[in-house]
Amino acid sequence: MTLPLYAYDLISESQGLVIALGLGFGFGWFLERAGFASARRLTAQFYLYDMSVLKVMFTAIVTAAVGLWLAAAAGWLDLSMVYVTPTSLGAQFAGGLLLGVGFIIGGYCPGTSVTASATGSGDGAVYLGGFIAGLLVYAVAFPQLELWANANSVGELTLPQVFGIPYGATVLALVILAALMFAGAEWTERRFSDLRPGAR
Amino acid sequence: MSAVSTSPLLRRGGSPLAAGRRRRYMNPYLAGFGLGLVLLASFLIMGRGLGATAASGSVTAWAVGLVAPDWVATNPGLKGYYAEPPWVNWTFYLIVGAFVGALVSALLARRMQLRVERGPHIGVRARLALAFAGGALAAVGAKLAKGCTSGQALTGGSQLNAGSWVFMLSVFAGAYALAYFVRRQWR
Repeated sequence: MTLPLYAYDLISESQGLVIALGLGFGFGWFLERAGFASARRLTAQFYLYDMSVLKVMFTAIVTAAVGLWLAAAAGWLDLSMVYVTPTSLGAQFAGGLLLGVGFIIGGYCPGTSVTASATGSGDGAVYLGGFIAGLLVYAVAFPQLELWANANSVGELTLPQVFGIPYGATVLALVILAALMFAGAEWTERRFSDLRPGAR
Repeated sequence: MSAVSTSPLLRRGGSPLAAGRRRRYMNPYLAGFGLGLVLLASFLIMGRGLGATAASGSVTAWAVGLVAPDWVATNPGLKGYYAEPPWVNWTFYLIVGAFVGALVSALLARRMQLRVERGPHIGVRARLALAFAGGALAAVGAKLAKGCTSGQALTGGSQLNAGSWVFMLSVFAGAYALAYFVRRQWR
């Protein structure tokens, strides 16, 4: 068991920064390849004629989830050394709603606004500017919100713990759920294809 | 003429490489598989997932710290980003890498183009105002939720993190709920 490498001091902090550049490159590359530097491509998800956001997102989630489970089951990876963001249900529910609203109004989420800006998108760059302004407004005006979110944290909480079912079974359930969602997404795209701009 | 996705004024901008035929986008399942492998590599090598919010936070905290270091160091919303400057911050390098990765991908696919992307029924200024407002709202959301679509939905989603799944469902709920009212911006 020597994974994650960083936790076992097999790579230094500065090597970690170089690795971050490489991982980031792959991150930006696949987002751009998927068409996620385009606000209209991204927001089409919410008008049902192009479900690429759901397809890309859930394929990535399933791929990484299955890989994590396999690596842990094989004994290569110490899962307890992988950072898990603490759960704070109310804050994550409210934060998700706000981010979703920002997504459909602004056209991007934070990561895709970076890929858009990199490909020459003025609206992507302005979204990024708005994002930094939002961080400042949050810091100046709502410090008590941050304290509320932290106070209501329940620490690390995973779905296997919530539902009381084994890790592997939860991953299997996720794979089945994703397959059903992909079938649903293909059906939805056909059903609403006449909503695509230029379709009529 | 709903195929107009860029301002006529700006459409001819961009690098010389923008000339010529654009490539088609990658199959979404294949792109998702690639993205998933990058995320998995991050878990296995670094013991952490991907994220896009912390890099902006790091830059913001550093910039404000030039003017008001004591305030940043104690502010609940920023102090977490102030421990180290961007040039030794892991998430900052990740986002610099993402910028370069998207740039190279777009160049090779001939998708580099200076543009303001919008539907045919909205002007450039209104579109940019909405982009700014959307970014600001998303920032507050990402701060509250301790992550965005990358740090929570992708990363936490694949870790089966309960809070991340609540976040993900509520992102879709928020966007679908408002989509009808801003449809003229896009279609």
